[in-house]
Amino acid sequence: MIVALSFYLFATILIASATMVVTSRNPVHSVLYLILAFFNAAALFLIAGAEFLAMILIIVYVGAVMVLFLFVIMMLDIDFAQLREGFQRYAPFGAVVGGILFFELLFVLGAWQFSTDAADLRLSPTPPGTTNTEAIGRVLYTDYIYLFQLSGLILLVAMIGAIVLTLREGQNSRAQSVEAQLARLGRVENLNPALGQGVATADILRRRPPEPPPPARIEREGHH
Amino acid sequence: MLVGAVFFPLLGAIIAGFFGRWIGDRAAQWVTVLCMAAAALCGALAFWQVAFLGQPSTVQIATWLDVGDLEFNWALRYDTLSAIMVSMVTFISTLIHIYSVGYMSHDATRPRFFAYLSLFTFMMLMLVTADNLVQLFFGWEGVGLASYLLIGYWYEKQSACAAAMKAFIVNRVGDLFFMLGMALTFVVFGSVEFSAIFAAAPTHANTTFMGLPALEVIGVLLFLGACGKSAQLGLHTWLPDAMEGPTPVSALIHAATMVTAGVFLMARMSPVMEYAPVALAIVTVVGASTALFAATIGCVQNDIKRIIAYSTCSQLGYMFFAVGVGLYQAAIFHLFTHAFFKALLFLGAGSVIHAMSDEQDIRKMGGIWRKIPITYAMMWVGSLALAGIPLFAGYYSKDAILEGAIAAGSGVGVFAFICGALAAFLTAFYSWRLIILTFHGKPRADQRTMDHVHESPWVMLAPLLVLSIGAITTGFLFAPYFIGDLSAGFWGAAIFNLPEKQMMEALHHAPEWVPMVAKAVAFSGIGLAFLLYMALPRVPGQLAAAAPSVYRFLLNKWYFDELYDRIFVQPTLRAANFLWKTGDTKYIDGMPNGAASLAAGASRGAVALQTGRVATYAFAMIIGLVVFVTIFLLGR
Amino acid sequence: MLTIGLGHYLTVGAILFVLGVFGIFMNRKNVIVILMSVELILLSVNMNLVGFSAALDDLTGQIFAMFILTVAAAEAAIGLAILVIYFRNRGTIEVEDISALKG
Repeated sequence: MIVALSFYLFATILIASATMVVTSRNPVHSVLYLILAFFNAAALFLIAGAEFLAMILIIVYVGAVMVLFLFVIMMLDIDFAQLREGFQRYAPFGAVVGGILFFELLFVLGAWQFSTDAADLRLSPTPPGTTNTEAIGRVLYTDYIYLFQLSGLILLVAMIGAIVLTLREGQNSRAQSVEAQLARLGRVENLNPALGQGVATADILRRRPPEPPPPARIEREGHH
Repeated sequence: MLVGAVFFPLLGAIIAGFFGRWIGDRAAQWVTVLCMAAAALCGALAFWQVAFLGQPSTVQIATWLDVGDLEFNWALRYDTLSAIMVSMVTFISTLIHIYSVGYMSHDATRPRFFAYLSLFTFMMLMLVTADNLVQLFFGWEGVGLASYLLIGYWYEKQSACAAAMKAFIVNRVGDLFFMLGMALTFVVFGSVEFSAIFAAAPTHANTTFMGLPALEVIGVLLFLGACGKSAQLGLHTWLPDAMEGPTPVSALIHAATMVTAGVFLMARMSPVMEYAPVALAIVTVVGASTALFAATIGCVQNDIKRIIAYSTCSQLGYMFFAVGVGLYQAAIFHLFTHAFFKALLFLGAGSVIHAMSDEQDIRKMGGIWRKIPITYAMMWVGSLALAGIPLFAGYYSKDAILEGAIAAGSGVGVFAFICGALAAFLTAFYSWRLIILTFHGKPRADQRTMDHVHESPWVMLAPLLVLSIGAITTGFLFAPYFIGDLSAGFWGAAIFNLPEKQMMEALHHAPEWVPMVAKAVAFSGIGLAFLLYMALPRVPGQLAAAAPSVYRFLLNKWYFDELYDRIFVQPTLRAANFLWKTGDTKYIDGMPNGAASLAAGASRGAVALQTGRVATYAFAMIIGLVVFVTIFLLGR
Repeated sequence: MLTIGLGHYLTVGAILFVLGVFGIFMNRKNVIVILMSVELILLSVNMNLVGFSAALDDLTGQIFAMFILTVAAAEAAIGLAILVIYFRNRGTIEVEDISALKG
């Protein structure tokens, strides 16, 4: 009873805040609503018995990713007053499409059942008598160790990628680049005009191509 | 030697044409001259061997085609007819090559000219030595091609290009008939080789084709092909325009050789033509009409080369009506002598043009006979031969033709005689009109031109002198062989005369008054010319003013060009324009263009989807997802 | 209704999912809301996994949820870094203004 009540409560707030994420005018508000949505999702996970995942959701997702979102929004100096409202144009059509999608999902749900030997097909059945965290730990570092390392690599690549994309080297630095100067040797001719003379005295003006010779006159009908 | 006569010019053409740039202009021209001289020597020897020693032969070179029933080879047929033509063509071509060395000395692309000249000579020789109709057609087309290349030699001139196209296209019309004749020959005889055709001709005398006698139809078709090449009435329009080419070209192609190919074809096909009397009658009528028609136009022309061109057209008419009455020997004899004196006249005209600083209008000449005496003398010799004055070459051949026309005894023969006599009168008249207006009277050119009048260099005069000797001597020297008592042994089997007609006999028994009429018309023509142009120089102008429409009619060549333009050229141009603008540009080009613009339009529509806004893309993705899920669920 | 079962958790997850998806393409304000909507979607997935893990008595769901957590953290960090440099270049994080790939 309590379970059902709390489920409906958390589910309602989750859906409401998800809606506000999409329709909010201020992006900061959107982020905050998203944080709220994640909190509620974590509560739902708790109800389902996946407490490790719920905590991870809060710590990693809310604590890191959403904070990152907030950082970027603050940094980007967005002019809120100028944000346009172009929602209404396709709203009915979009609502229809969304509604169709939702009903199809429900339809699939309604017409589906577990198969009879589902219990035997489980990949990693929950061992009884352990906490969720321990159970996950037992499976994660043994059966799925490669995937675990791979996900670490993904994170490493993402980190490097983000740094590479956004790093701006010192733009106002006037340091010389010796390699560039050496590469120029021999391919650029140094003119040394006298002081105060200017470049016109150096022989660099483009010459006109020579005139083609006039066509030869052809004799016809014998002589002259 | 027999092969050399035909292929030396090709060697010269290849060397000058492909390597002219490396060996230089002078080397190129003298190489071609040398090759032609070698060919002339071989030709003369071949003539001696085949015609006088009576040893005709056929030289097989290679198999050309052997498909089913159709078989013919590359082979050189040397009988008297071919030998005459080979020797004449090579000799005159050599002289013209030498003349061109002087005439074209200021031209920038001489190797090209000489290569084309030699190429033409080779093609003509292939034509006359052909052993079958297809090889003859090869030479036929080849001379047409060389004629096109040479008429349009100065291709920067718009008029030259147009004239070259006109020559080629009009020839093409004739070629169409030739091809039809060739096809019909194959259908009737089962072969295109001359030996097979000539042997089988008598047996097919009664074969019919589509209700008409087959041999008649063949004869008419081949004659129409010859009309195109030899500029007979109807297909003659290209010959005057062909004077756009350099004078040596006019002399070689349009006087001595290419235009005579039609006559040669008729003579070569004599075994078949003799069995087609209706075709021969048509030949007579057309030839005689052409002779008269061209002579009337020649009387009023003002361009020195065009007068001589119409004279050629007229003389070809003579040759054709000689063929028509069955006197192939006389036609070939006239062809032979005509080559000499007509080439002489053309080259002389070229010498005059050279002297008058490229002036060709005789109204702007005059009073130069003392300054260029040799040229003047050469023109006199040529004109005397052309007019048929006794002792000169033309007298013997022209006389024989006129006698033959009467001796044939048919209606068309009499018609031909009347036309021929009138044409002879007019020929003499306009030849002396040309001489008088060009050389005599008060000078009508400006002072600067008159100061520059000078005799041509020896490299141009020497061929003239050689040709003049030919114009004088070939008549009485060769008459016994061609048409006289020795003709049977001379000709051998080269020309076939129907035994029933006995044309050669009839020729010898022609009425006495014919030679007298011929001499009378010639002298009276000369006399009238002297009267009108020397004694009473104002009268011709008054005559022209008195009958302006007649004068204009003759001056505009009986309005043939305008007629053809109206009937053929304008509709063709309109049709071509329509096919181009609508058919090609709009429809045929429209298909790929339309496909391209369709693709472009489709892509423009597709581009509208790409707004660049990621949110829209995400929206689209979600909608797609929903659609797929719906389809999946509904499908279960 | 009174006994909380698997279906409840799945329903809550579905609603969160739809809300997250809705938020991605419906907002016209700024890009940060998009990132937060992604977090919501990941939360809904986690909800599903935990629900099944509880129902089946299988720890795999929770292990997987932990990994998803890790990856979500990494992705949030990188996404925010990109946002920071985008803001440095453009001076704005309006969703409407990100249309440089316009065709």
